[in-house]
Parts: sequence; C-alpha cells; structure tokens
Amino acid sequence: MINKKKKEMQPLNTSSLSDIVFMLLFFFMITTTIRETTKKVEFKIPEASESAKLERKDLASHIYVGTPIRSEQGKYGTDARIQLNDSFKSVTDIRDFVAAERESLPEGDRGLMTISIKADQNVRMGIITDIKQELRRCSALKIMYSARKAAPASE
Amino acid sequence: MARPINAVNTGSTADIAFIVLVFFLISSNMDSSGGLQRRLPPMPDENQKVIDQKVNKRNVLVVRINESDRLYAGGEIMDISMLKDKAKEFLTNPNNDPTLPEKEDKQIEGFGMCPVSKGVISLQNTRGTSYDAYIKVQNELVRAVNEVRDQFAMENFGKSYILLDETKQEIVRKAVPQNISEAEPKDTGKK
Repeated sequence: MINKKKKEMQPLNTSSLSDIVFMLLFFFMITTTIRETTKKVEFKIPEASESAKLERKDLASHIYVGTPIRSEQGKYGTDARIQLNDSFKSVTDIRDFVAAERESLPEGDRGLMTISIKADQNVRMGIITDIKQELRRCSALKIMYSARKAAPASE
Repeated sequence: MARPINAVNTGSTADIAFIVLVFFLISSNMDSSGGLQRRLPPMPDENQKVIDQKVNKRNVLVVRINESDRLYAGGEIMDISMLKDKAKEFLTNPNNDPTLPEKEDKQIEGFGMCPVSKGVISLQNTRGTSYDAYIKVQNELVRAVNEVRDQFAMENFGKSYILLDETKQEIVRKAVPQNISEAEPKDTGKK
C-alpha cells in the first residue's frame, strides 16, 4: 500500500555533468591567456574603431603606463608610471627590458617583435613620447597602441 | 568466480573539472590584444649630418594636437569629426588640385601602372596632449586610409579590402600607402 503511493526517487543522472564542465574548461583555456604579470598600475585603454588584432601574440611585449594602484600609491604617488614586467621602472630601463625580451625570442622572430603600449587614456603624451624615443634608440620599431574595439564614431 | 565488474565511480570527475576550471578563470585574463599598429622611424645617426629633406609643401598635411587637445589640420582649427574627410581628400586628390599632393605613376607587381599619392600626413603633438585625444586622431587617420583602400579595392577588384586575398591586399597596400609620420617631438611645454 505504501509502495503504491510513494515511488522511490530515482537518483539524478550526473554522468554527463563532467563532460559539460570539461567543455566549459576547454572553452576558457582556448579563449583566454594566462596572466603573466601582476598589474600594478591602473589603466583604461582608449577606444578606437580601427583597432586591429595582433597576429602573433607570443611576439608581443607589453609596456604598461598608468597611475599606480591604490595600495602602491603611498610609495609611488599618483603620477603616471611605467610598469615593465612586475615592477615600476623608469624610461631608461626600457633599453634593458627590450634587450631581454628580444633575447627570449627565437632568432628568426626577433625582427617581428612588437611592443604593445598599454596606456591609460588620461596619461599625457609626454611620457608616451619618452617611451617612443627610447624604443627608437634601441631600434624596437614595431609598436602597437593598445586600444579597445569600438563602434565608429557617429558621422 | 565470475563477479560483475563494477563501473568506475565517476561522480567526482565533475568536481575535479570544476576546480581546474576555477583555476583557469582566476589565472587568466580575457583582454583582447588589439590596437593600432605603427612603425616608428629609425633613430637618425648622430654622426650623420642631417640632410634637410626637401618635401614639397603640397605633399604634407600637418596635423597638430596642442596641450588642450585642440586639433589643427593643415593650419586651421578643426573638429575631430571633420578630420577623416580632410585626410581622405588629401590622400585621393580627386580633382588633381595643385594644392593637394601630387601623384606618381608607379609600377605595381601584378597590377600594372597606377597613380600613387605622394602625400604624407605628419602628426605632431606636445607633451601635454592627452593620450586619448592622440589615439582618437590616430584612429581617424587610419580610418581615412582604410576607407581609401576600400574604395580602391571596390573599383578595381569589386570587393572590399578585407575580403580580398593576400596578394591583392598587398597590391592595394602599395597603391594606397599608409604614410602617417609621427614627427620628432617638439620641445614645447615643460618636461
């Protein structure tokens, strides 16, 4: 009598759950890149409608320019600073940075190295010009101004 | 004794996969690495005497952004929305105006003779210019070049530039070069 009223609950079949999660995992592994540096500067890169994708991500080195994050402001102030790898550097350190980055690439690809400048949209051009001049001095001529893809400005 | 083989308990694979997933979510970033690509001019040799390159005045369009992000193009104050059309007119010179850049017939491999504009856009800025304004202007100039390229591709190949194959894109790039020069910084404003 009791059996008639209360049917035994079937356990939910969860065998496909792991497949779904694995698929999600692969999606994330493909679409994202591993973070290489800890961000120490705050930056919001400007928008540009003609922004083109970088063809070879592995050949790019990044220079970050922006105001130091809050926890570092006590030490470094709020003026725009340059971050190379994991620490604050000055313009003169770019030469060593470029040399090291170039050294780390395979011989054939060194000419294709791109320096991507990730700068906050509010920084002044003075610091950018200094960086550009320094890059010219160490003949790293391929550069990219990092920018977000945006809809073209209205006519 | 033949015992039925128990199925391997796979209940925990989902948990393990979740842990790995969370790890990837934390340690990765999704920012797309796109931007405006540029080639800087090489540093002039210090020993070499600077030869003043005589460039015909009509072949240069000076675009200047001052400290307060105001834009001057070809000597007049201009709003950023006008810059693209100005640059396009400068690059194409549709009516062969003598004040706009001259064209030179060049032999392009795989295409033949083609008039190529000698125009150079010279972009100047001061130390006080904001990066945002600078990128906006760069973007407008790139947009002008891209539109001229599209136009050229449409006229000659019947397709827009992006849809062409690699060799045809090369031809279009040669016919419509992207001559944007980032001038030597002028020592204006304090360091």
